[in-house]
This record gives sequence, structure tokens and C-alpha cells, in this order.
Amino acid sequence: MGLLSLLIFLPLSGILLLAIIPRQYTYLFKWISLLLSGLQLTVFLAAITPRFIQGVNAGNTGVTNLSGFSLLEQLPWIMMDLGSAGKLKIEYLIGLDGLNFALVLLTLIIMVIATLSAWNTDKNVRAFFMLLLLLNSAMIGCFIALDMFLFYLFYELMLLPMFFLIGVWGGERKEYAAIKFFIYTLVGSVFLLLIMVGLAFSFTVPGNGSVHTFNMVYMMQCGPSGELLNVVKGSLFDTGGILFGMNARLIAFLITFIAFAIKIPVFPLHTWLPDAHVEAPTSISVILAGVLLKIGGYGVLRISYGIFPEGGIYFAWWIGLFGLISMIYGALVAMGQKDLKSMIAYSSISHLGYTLLGMASLQASGFNGALLQLFNHGISSAMLFLIVGVIYDRVHVRQIEKFSGLWGKMPKYAFFVLIAFFASLGLPGFNTFISELMIFMGAFSAIQAQHALPVYYPFIGVITIVLGAVYFLRTYRMMFFGVFNPVGSNNWEEKLTDLQPREYLMFIPLAILLVLFGIFPNLIISTMDKSIAMFMEHILVNGKALLEASKPAL
Amino acid sequence: MSNTVLSLIVLLPLAGAALIGLTGFLNERFRHQEKLIGLIATSAVAIPFFIILAAFLQFTSGHGEHHDAIRFSIIPWIETAGIKINFSYHLDQLSLLMGMIVTGIGSLIHIYSIAYMHHDKGFYKFFLYLNLFIFAMLNLILGDNMAVLFLGWEGVGVCSYLLIGFWYEDMEKAKAAQKAFVANRIGDFAMIGAMFMIFGQVHSLNFADINASAGSLGDNAFWITLLLFIAATGKSAQIPLYVWLPDAMAGPTPVSALIHAATMVTSGIYLIARMHPVFNVPAAEPVLIVIAVVAAATAILAALIAIAQNDIKKVLAYSTVSQLGFMFMALGAGAYTTAIFHVMTHAFFKACLFLGSGSVIHAMHHYFDETHEHKDPQDIRFMGGLKKYMPATGMTFWISTLAIAGIPGLSGFFSKDEILANTFFSGFDHGSIYFIVWLVGTITACLTAFYMTRLTYLTFFGEARYKTDKHHPHESSPLMTIPLWILGILAVVGGYLGLPAGVFGHNAHILNHTWFHGLINNRDLEHTMHEHIALEYGLLVLAIAIAVGVVYFAYNFYAKNGLEGDEKVKKVFGSMYKWMENKFYVDEFYEKTILKPFVWAGDNIVVWFDKNIIDGVINGSASATAAVGDVIRRMQTGYVAHYALIISIGVVIIIGYLILG
Repeated sequence: MGLLSLLIFLPLSGILLLAIIPRQYTYLFKWISLLLSGLQLTVFLAAITPRFIQGVNAGNTGVTNLSGFSLLEQLPWIMMDLGSAGKLKIEYLIGLDGLNFALVLLTLIIMVIATLSAWNTDKNVRAFFMLLLLLNSAMIGCFIALDMFLFYLFYELMLLPMFFLIGVWGGERKEYAAIKFFIYTLVGSVFLLLIMVGLAFSFTVPGNGSVHTFNMVYMMQCGPSGELLNVVKGSLFDTGGILFGMNARLIAFLITFIAFAIKIPVFPLHTWLPDAHVEAPTSISVILAGVLLKIGGYGVLRISYGIFPEGGIYFAWWIGLFGLISMIYGALVAMGQKDLKSMIAYSSISHLGYTLLGMASLQASGFNGALLQLFNHGISSAMLFLIVGVIYDRVHVRQIEKFSGLWGKMPKYAFFVLIAFFASLGLPGFNTFISELMIFMGAFSAIQAQHALPVYYPFIGVITIVLGAVYFLRTYRMMFFGVFNPVGSNNWEEKLTDLQPREYLMFIPLAILLVLFGIFPNLIISTMDKSIAMFMEHILVNGKALLEASKPAL
Repeated sequence: MSNTVLSLIVLLPLAGAALIGLTGFLNERFRHQEKLIGLIATSAVAIPFFIILAAFLQFTSGHGEHHDAIRFSIIPWIETAGIKINFSYHLDQLSLLMGMIVTGIGSLIHIYSIAYMHHDKGFYKFFLYLNLFIFAMLNLILGDNMAVLFLGWEGVGVCSYLLIGFWYEDMEKAKAAQKAFVANRIGDFAMIGAMFMIFGQVHSLNFADINASAGSLGDNAFWITLLLFIAATGKSAQIPLYVWLPDAMAGPTPVSALIHAATMVTSGIYLIARMHPVFNVPAAEPVLIVIAVVAAATAILAALIAIAQNDIKKVLAYSTVSQLGFMFMALGAGAYTTAIFHVMTHAFFKACLFLGSGSVIHAMHHYFDETHEHKDPQDIRFMGGLKKYMPATGMTFWISTLAIAGIPGLSGFFSKDEILANTFFSGFDHGSIYFIVWLVGTITACLTAFYMTRLTYLTFFGEARYKTDKHHPHESSPLMTIPLWILGILAVVGGYLGLPAGVFGHNAHILNHTWFHGLINNRDLEHTMHEHIALEYGLLVLAIAIAVGVVYFAYNFYAKNGLEGDEKVKKVFGSMYKWMENKFYVDEFYEKTILKPFVWAGDNIVVWFDKNIIDGVINGSASATAAVGDVIRRMQTGYVAHYALIISIGVVIIIGYLILG
């Protein structure tokens, strides 16, 4: 078993371990989970990262070149006979390139933090940590799977533990939130499934036209003049394929885009998110915002843009528009929230809208920025949800207006909140600034580029930074300034204690990361920018050729 | 000098902040070691001052006519295809001058604060923020590209936020802090727009590249310069974004002196001077007129408000807004070096005035404590005759007042006269609207002389309006008065760097003709001035007459009438006085027309829309949701957990089988 597989199977082995440990050792469950997450991170940093960096320096960029993936593992898995249509090959295919390296790193960091934040779970502890480990495997698998069937399997596998983690360990309206989450995501994955089946019938392995494949890299590969290399001539997703009387490939781009847009989430498909967050326990919110949403952005990149690059060009204007709406709308709704957690949930919608604007720019800086924004937002939103957890753990209240003067009462907590808020509102010196800067650079450069975005797009986008300052600082003022006033009950005086060691253990690393990647963004950018450059060429050159070839467009 | 030594200019204040912050965070006892904290913080600013001074000496000696900027760089920042931004800095004439002002005055204010903040429970935090501010400000003025400038630009905003809200228990102060940050962010909106419009065309954010290719910006220069000016109105408190600055007086007084008078608020002027080649592009000419007009309007509006205020810091705050208006008038006339000249002289006398007011507030505060009176220690109606008890404060305050009023021979005279001359002579070739700007500027100069003399008189001269039988206010400690004297002296001599060229000859203006020569190209007015040399003498005489006349009049007027003088002023201005007293209701106007509707719409319409329309429609269409919900709800929670467990195990087994089998 390769190193990458180890990342997937470490937590799975933990599930078995948890299943056999007798009930009286309940306290071990969290330790085992923590140990395994820590072990995963260690393996990743100590063994996988050096190999990956070596590969990048040697010019291995992955994306459309299968041999350019680092730590590639390719095992035959299922070979299905399709009768007259030939055979269908499903592979266990995983690998790292610039598009997923940072997101895997993010997942591993967040899982350690989330496990720590779940330390005081007291209900069904065994099941909780088993589901957490299952979720861990599924998310990692999702990011590194290069076979679409495998990807889909992990994608679905994520759904179940998340559903139960919200539905069982959640707050008052947990069933409602869990069902809503489930249905939204399920709708998305049904869409995805349809396209996936179509793709499998349209693509074959190189050199053997009768073996159909789910290999996403093969689906992307194009020849020198931009023609699809491994497509079955005249099939559904060949150029010129027709679906419902329209260009099948553009439709497919749109459908996969919508499927992932639900996960990002993008306006108007976002309403499941605030509900899910508000009801989810802190640790699950951390994972939801920190990692799960990123699979939406990643899916748009790897699958929508990767497999149907012409759609990215064709729909740039619309993608940019929905990015902008999410940015502004998310911020406006965040401003009006009374619950701290739902304010932060809406701020996520606003921040993830940036990624769409960056992609719509079709500029390398925009794409780098978009991917970096996924990474950065993962860290800052994890910290923001932990911040909610701190007060919720103590007094079980999250209403912003109920708190005042916390600066005097919990100065250390106030300090970390200040850092998280300023990082989130895009202050230079913190990580989010870098990605937002790169996205705006892309968007402004796109005005003059070939595939132009309207000049007012980036300007409208920049309004978000003003709104961000308003809702974050207004919240901070209401909660932290003024005189401490225990509105809830007299016990607040005792209950609202400053941070404990376990909380420092979560906050300090995250705060350091916020600054570290704000001052040394190249640590992350250098893992992705070569792949992004290749990816851009794929989109612009091949995408353009495919768009030309498939006229009329819609 | 080596890169390492030069890097210390920027890194030491950061190190100071980190040291004080970390130690204070971890060690409770350290927080009360005021002397140690003060020493660390002051050294972290004073050492960079001396390094800049050494760089200045190196710069001026030996290089002959053409000076190359001294450059240093710390680390790369953002590096990827098409973008390369480093933490790199330059010390050219402009940055050296600004650097000396910031670290020099910064050091003095650090020393002053050791006494002023004595016994404050947030002592270590205060110095942490102050060091952090200097770090950010140095990035702003020394950075050789717009990204590093922007890091500083935002950084000073944050420090300003933290320091305005320093006494966090007071919600009014917190509101002022938030207002300042949000107003600045509105300016940042324009700043980012300008930055990326430039990047889109020049493909670089380095000032050298931008300025070199300013000519190629063409018509876009209009939008870029307009955006840069809007950005400047935020940070440098001009109409329409000036409203945050008077409120910012909620912070401790040394902060008002350092951030809200001498340094941060001038960064908008620095920005425009730094990027002046873009403003010199013909397409940007209308923007210069906009700048001049907005500046004149701001100057006179703020001066009128200042006349009717009784809070010593509020008067100085509006005075600062008004003086910043003067600086922008100079920029609007294309006289960039003149604007920087006024930045410098203003830094001297306004810092001195603010620190002086701090000394007074400090004394009045203690006095009211001793006498158990509950009076506002900032209200000048409760003061009077303080020069008897506070001679050093009184003397330096009076000197600085004379300097800002434009009494000949003091620094303010030279810089203000130059601004007015430049706006006046711009009227000949660049649009007669500059004559109106000049007129407004001249009227504002009269008002300035009047309200500043009023302020000084009512505070320091005349009869004491408080009981002096048992207790009386005391002069502050030398830690506070020595900085006052240094700034007072600078307020006197600072102007001799720029003697009027028309009168004393070309080379007498050291700043324009020796120092900035070759770096900053003002719009050329020299031949216009030569054509109308008599007019230039006339303007000079007029300026002298106004300053001397108004100060003399105001002094005697208040000497004769005391506080009653204000009643007479009220009669002169008639119904307008009420407007002046209430700051022309601008805050209320913003509140009613922009803030309230906006917040209301956000809180109600948008949130309602999200809940009922977006969520409602999607939920409503899925009645299946309810059905599925029912099924789940019937399962009891405990069973669900087991169910989850079984599914998880099942999935694991299936995957395992598929992979291994």
C-alpha cells in the first residue's frame, strides 16, 4: 500500500479499533482519534510532502498528465462487461498534484483541530468518533481520487457520517438541518451521477477503444489542436454531442457546476448551510466550513473546468456574476444576523463567492487565488467556528446582543477573536488578504484579457471588503467592548472563564497559520502554481478549441 | 549601510511590539513594569530614527547631483506567474523625510506617553499598539511598491482602531473606533480599485515602474487618480469621509498627536505625492481641480466648526481636518513638494498642540479629582489662566498657535503662504476656479488664526475659571514637557527649509530646489510667478497682515470679553452659528440618509428575503422534505446512532472487500 493510501486507511483502521474496544475504555476513543489524525498529518508532512515537492521541482505538474502526479497509485479494481459497448474499467487511482495538495493538507490540519474541539463529547462517544474517522477517510479520498467512480464513492461516503453527526449530535432543530443538508447534497450528487455515467460511455482508455474508463485524467487529455484524445467518436460527450437539443458538453459543465455549487455554496443554493451550521456541534461546523465546503470548489476546478474546459469560457460571465452575488449577498445577510454562528456561516458564503470570481477571470492569478482562497478560508473559518464554540460551551447562548464587555472578562479570548476577525476581513499580513488580492488581480486583469469580464465586476466585488469590515467589527464591538454585563443569568460571571489549555492548543496553531501564510504565502502558492499554469493552458487552449469545434454553442 | 542594518528600521518596531505583547500576555508582573516597557518601546522607535538619520547623512554626502534611493529588502512576499512582490523598501528624498518625521516625532510621543499613561491598567497594551503602529506606518512610507504600502495603509488603520477603542469599556469610544475603521475601508475600496487598474495596465505594483510608465496610462489616468484621491479622503479625513477624525479623539491624547495629527492622517498626501507622475498626466488634470475644490471646502467647513467648539481636543481635531485641507489644496495645485512641506511643519506644531492639550487635560483631570468636582477636564470653559501653573505647556502651546496661525518667521507661515501662492498662480493657466480656491483658503487662514488664538486664550490666558484657593492644576513632569519643548522649537525653525523662492531667490527654498529636485516635479508655475512678481509680494504682505492682524484682534477680543466673547461671535455668524456648533449636522445626515436605511434594509429586507423567498421557495417545492423528515423523526435518536454505526461498518466492509477481493 502506498503512502497516499495510508492517509485513507489510517482512519479506517481506527474505526475497527474503536469498534472492538470495550465500553469501559470510552475515554480512549478521543485519544485514538487524535492519535490517528496526528499520525496522518505527520505522515503527510514528513513523508509525502518532500516527495511531492521533489516532484514539483522536477516538473511533475499532474493535471492532464497522469505520470506527472506525485505518489500515484493505480490498481485495477473492477472490470465490467458491457456487452456490445465493450468493457468498463474502474480503477483505484489516487495521486497528488497542485490542485489537491493544499486541500489535503488543509483536511489533515482541520481534522486534528476538530478532534480536539470534540473532546468533551459525552453522547454516544464511540459512534461519534467512528463517524468522525469515516468522514476523515472520505474527505481525503475525495480530494485524491482521480477515477471518477472512486471520487463519487468517497463523495457519497462523506454524506452519511455528516448527516448523522448533525442529526444526532446537533442542536434543537437537528433533524431538520440534517435532512436539509442531506437532500441538498443528494440532489447535487444525483446530477453528478448522471453526468458520470455519460462520461464513462464517452471515454475509453488510450490505445484501446473498447475499454471504457472513469479515469478523469484521460477525460481531460487533448491533442495538439485541442481535440479530445480518448473520446468515443460520436458519443454523448464528444464535441458536437447533443443533449435535449443542446450542446451536451456545455450542459454537462452546467450540471456538474450546479452540483458542486450547492456544496460551495453559491447563491441561491446556500440556505442549507446556515441551518446545518447552527444545528451542528462545534467540531462538525469546523469540519463543514473548514473542509467539506472546499470539495465544492475543488469539484468545480477538477471536474467542471477540467473535463469541460469550454464551459468555463462560455459561462465565465455567469460564473462571475454568481460569485459576485454570493460575495455581496452573503455579506449583507451576515450583517443582519443575530446569531453569531449564522453570521459566520453567511460570511463563509461571502468569502467563497470570491473563488468563483477568481475562476471566472480565466487568469492564472485568479485561479491561484481561488484555490488559495479555499485553503485560507478553511483555516480562518475553522477558527471562527471554534470561537463560537468557546462561548456556546460555557453558557449555551450564541446571540450577539446578549454579550458585552467580553474584552475585560475574557481578554485572551478577545485577542484570538480579534485576530480571526481581522484575518477574515482581509487584512494584509494575514492569509486571506493574499488570496483575495490575487483574485482581484485576476479579475482586473481579465478586463483587458481576451475573455473579458465587464469592468464593473471587480469594482462591485471590492465592495465586499467594506461590508466585511462592517459586520465583523460591529459584532466585535457589541460583544467585546463596553462593560461586562451578565444578561443571561448571574452564573455568567463564573461560567464565562477565559481560555483553557485545550482551547489554546486549537487557537494558537490556527492563529500562527493565519499569519504564516499571510507573510509566506509562497509556501502554499509554490505547491500549486505550476499545476495551475498547466491547468490554465488546458482551459484556454483546449477549451477554446473545443468551443470553436462545437458551434453552435447552446 | 548593509541590508541587515537598514532592515532594522522596519523590524525593530515590530520586534518591540512582539516582545512587549508576548511577555505581557504571558507574564502578569511584566505588565506593571512601566519603565522597562517604556524603554523597550521607545528604543524600538528611536533606534530606527538614528538609522534613518545615518542613511540621510549618507544620502546627502558624496553622491553629487543625482541621488539614487537607498534600497533594502527583507523577504519575498508573493511570487507566482505574473506577480512578484517583495517586502522591499526604498529611502529616497520623500521616504527619508517622512521616515524622520514618523520615527522622530514617534520617539518623542513614546517618551511623553510613559508619563501620560502612568498607572493605566492597559499600559503594556498601549505601547504594544504604538510600536505596531510605527511598524505599519514605516511600511506605508518606505515600501517601494503599492502592496507593501497597502499593508501599512491597513495596518495603521487597525492600530488606529485599537487605540481609539483603547478604553474598551466605554461604548462611545468603541463606536468611534468602528466608525474610523469603516470610513477608512470605504477609502480602501477606491485604493484597491486604483491598485488593480494600475496593475492591469502596468503589470507591476512597483512605484518606479508605475511612475515610469505613467504616460502610457492615457485616459485611465483620470479614473486611477480619482480613485487614489478617494482613497486619500478616507485616511486623510477629507469630505465626504472626514467624519471619523473628530470622533477619533476618543483615544488617549498621545495617540491623537501621533496618529491623528502628525503621521497617519497625512498618508493620503504622501500617497499622492509618491504617485504624482500619474497626477501629472494631462488626463488627470480635472482630478487636480476636484482635489483643490474638495480640499478648500473641507478646510473652511472644518475651520467654521472649530470656532464653535469648547472641547480642547475637538477644536484641534477640526483644525487638523482643516489643515489637511490646506495640504490637499497644494496637491490640487500640482505643488506636491509644498504639500509635503506643510505635512512636515504641521506635524511639528500640531503634535505640540495635541501633546500640550494632553498635558492640560492631565492636569485638569487631577485637579478635578482633588477638588471632587465632576467637570469635563477637556472643556475650555472650565479653564483659563493656566499659563501661571503650567508655564512650559503654556509657552509651547502659544508658540505652536502662532505657528499654525501663520505669524511670519514661524514654520506655518512659510508652508501656508506657499500653498496659497501656488493655488493663486494656478488660476492664471489652469482654470480660474483656482482663484476661488485661493480665496476660500485665505478666508480659512483668517478663521484659523482666530479660533486658535481663542483656544489658547481661553485655556492659558485671562482669569482662572476654577477655584485656586486650596488646589490648583500642576505642570506635567519633564517626560512630558521636554518633548513639548523640542516640538515647539521645531515649530519655530521648521519653516526655514522652504523660504519663499520669489523673494529670497531660487535656491533659498531648500526643500524644492535642492532636496526634492529630480524626484518630484511640481506643476511648473515659476514663469507665471515671475510674470506677476509684484503679485507674489502682494500675497506675502496679505498673508502677514492677516496672521498678525487676526491674532492681535482675537487676543484682545477675548482679553476684553472673556467667555462672553463667544456670545458676540454667535451674533456675528447669526443663525449659522447653531450649524457650526452642531458640526453642520453632517453626522446626523449620514446617519439618517445612509447608515440607518442601509442597516435597516440589511436587517430586514435582505434577511427576510433570504429566509422567506430563497429558503421558502426551495423548501416549499420540496414537500418531500417533510415526508422524509417524518420518517426520520419517528426513529428514536438512539436507534439512529446505531443505524449510523451499522452503515459505517457496512461501508467499510464493502470497500475493503472490493479493494482486496
